[in-house]
Amino acid sequence: MAAISFQSVSKIFPSRGGGGLQALDGVTFDIEEGEFFGLLGPNGAGKTTLISILAGLAKATSGRVTVRGHDVQADYALARRDLGVVPQELVFDPFFNVRETLKIQSGYFGVKNNDAWIDELLHSLGLSDKANANMRQLSGGMKRRVLVAQALVHKPPVIVLDEPTAGVDVELRQTLWQFIARLNKEGHTVLLTTHYLEEAEALCNRVAMLKAGRVVALERTSDLLKAASSNILRFKMDAQLPESFAGKARVTGRIVQLPAHDANEIEQYLAQIREAGLRVEDVEIRKADLEDVFLDVMSGKQGRAP
Amino acid sequence: MKGWETLFYKEVLRFWKVSFQTVGAPVLTAVLYMLVFGHVLRGTSDVYGSVDYRAFLVPGLVMMSVLQNAFANSSSSLIQSKITGNLVFLLLTPLSHWSWFVAYVGASMARGIMVGAGVFVVTAIFGQPGFAQPAWIVLFALLGSAIMGALGLIAGLWAEKFDQMAAFQNFIIMPMTFLSGVFYSIHSLPDFWQGVSHLNPFFYMIDGFRYGFFGVSDVSPWLSLAIVGTALAAVASVAVHMLRIGYKIRA
Repeated sequence: MAAISFQSVSKIFPSRGGGGLQALDGVTFDIEEGEFFGLLGPNGAGKTTLISILAGLAKATSGRVTVRGHDVQADYALARRDLGVVPQELVFDPFFNVRETLKIQSGYFGVKNNDAWIDELLHSLGLSDKANANMRQLSGGMKRRVLVAQALVHKPPVIVLDEPTAGVDVELRQTLWQFIARLNKEGHTVLLTTHYLEEAEALCNRVAMLKAGRVVALERTSDLLKAASSNILRFKMDAQLPESFAGKARVTGRIVQLPAHDANEIEQYLAQIREAGLRVEDVEIRKADLEDVFLDVMSGKQGRAP
Repeated sequence: MKGWETLFYKEVLRFWKVSFQTVGAPVLTAVLYMLVFGHVLRGTSDVYGSVDYRAFLVPGLVMMSVLQNAFANSSSSLIQSKITGNLVFLLLTPLSHWSWFVAYVGASMARGIMVGAGVFVVTAIFGQPGFAQPAWIVLFALLGSAIMGALGLIAGLWAEKFDQMAAFQNFIIMPMTFLSGVFYSIHSLPDFWQGVSHLNPFFYMIDGFRYGFFGVSDVSPWLSLAIVGTALAAVASVAVHMLRIGYKIRA
């Protein structure tokens, strides 16, 4: 049985002029038990809407979502018991300290005598010395850790993290990923949305890419990388690129990156630049990463609908 | 603890942690009313024949405080959670709409009754009402605070901004409680205003509550009970329905 199953999920937000905004359009895929799954897509692609429907924060206009076989609408209590969701927004209740916050969250799920697990969460997330601090006194990074602890307080088999490392320092990212990776090894399913494609590449064994509410790629991360142009030619230059590179190159300031399949193609590119009489610096060739694949897919060069 | 018990506990802890504001302040307000109205109106308007005005005023002030604070608790808690965004922690839980209802309304009743008890203790220094029918006192305190807790839930779900909530409180709750016969027996009013007062459900909450103290009231306590009971059923079913469909809280 799938840990999470999205079946033809569509969501239309009503808008004032009638019609409405289609945030999701027939999204269908399964996440198996024990997977570390990445949900990627640009802003506005529908990632958070999809997660909101999964978590019961929003209702699908049509389609069905199940968590370990439990329908998130009809059997919401069972579905939510199996889910631990780290919300994207940095929210907290200013009336309580960290330990109270966790005990209360645990109580909502009907979990009693949870102190040992709460202590372990505090320890694993580096919050032990903040246990009695009021939520208001914590820094942004510390609040983020509490959000993670709150999501895990009832030991959910399925963990959902919506942009958990947005605006978070390097140390917390390390702590967080070590801990989440450990939970994944222990059998927890993890669904992650992130803007940091390096993280997705390092952690997720499978990814789905959303674009304008549709799934445009769904594959094992390794297969996705294999199928992409295998090399990237990267250099710096001050001048404009010749016309012939239009649409092929990714330009970030002075940095130019060109996908290339083989040495032959690289040679051709360099020859064209030389013929145009342009000077380039810091030339290097590297393996394509998930970011390259992502940009390819989003620009529509690599249609990979499942 | 079951889920709803935790939510109830959290809601009580929330107001108890700032009890100086949530319990202390309304008790002080009631004492000020007692000092001013008790002094100005004493002797000029003895009620039910022989009842001293200040003794008459005590149950009115108690019930007004119960009602206003029960409303304030659920409404302010919900609007704050909605605006700060921490309602998400509750939305992610398996708690049913009934659990939400029982916990929010229960905590509102606890605050209303706690404030009411405080107001009673302090204002009774100025004039002691009797305890003619104590069961009616308890019954109306429970029903009145439950209605207002549920009404606070509705207002908290409906309002999107603090000023909408303030408008609800200042233009509906405040005038209706104030004009419900807290400060006077409606028999002292002209006929027209007596008629108007009979359309105000808050009047029956206060009149029935007062009956418990004096054994005398403007209308039959059974009529008050029927109206207050019906009002509770109506308000509660609206609140439960709004929670069930996730009105304005689940997209």
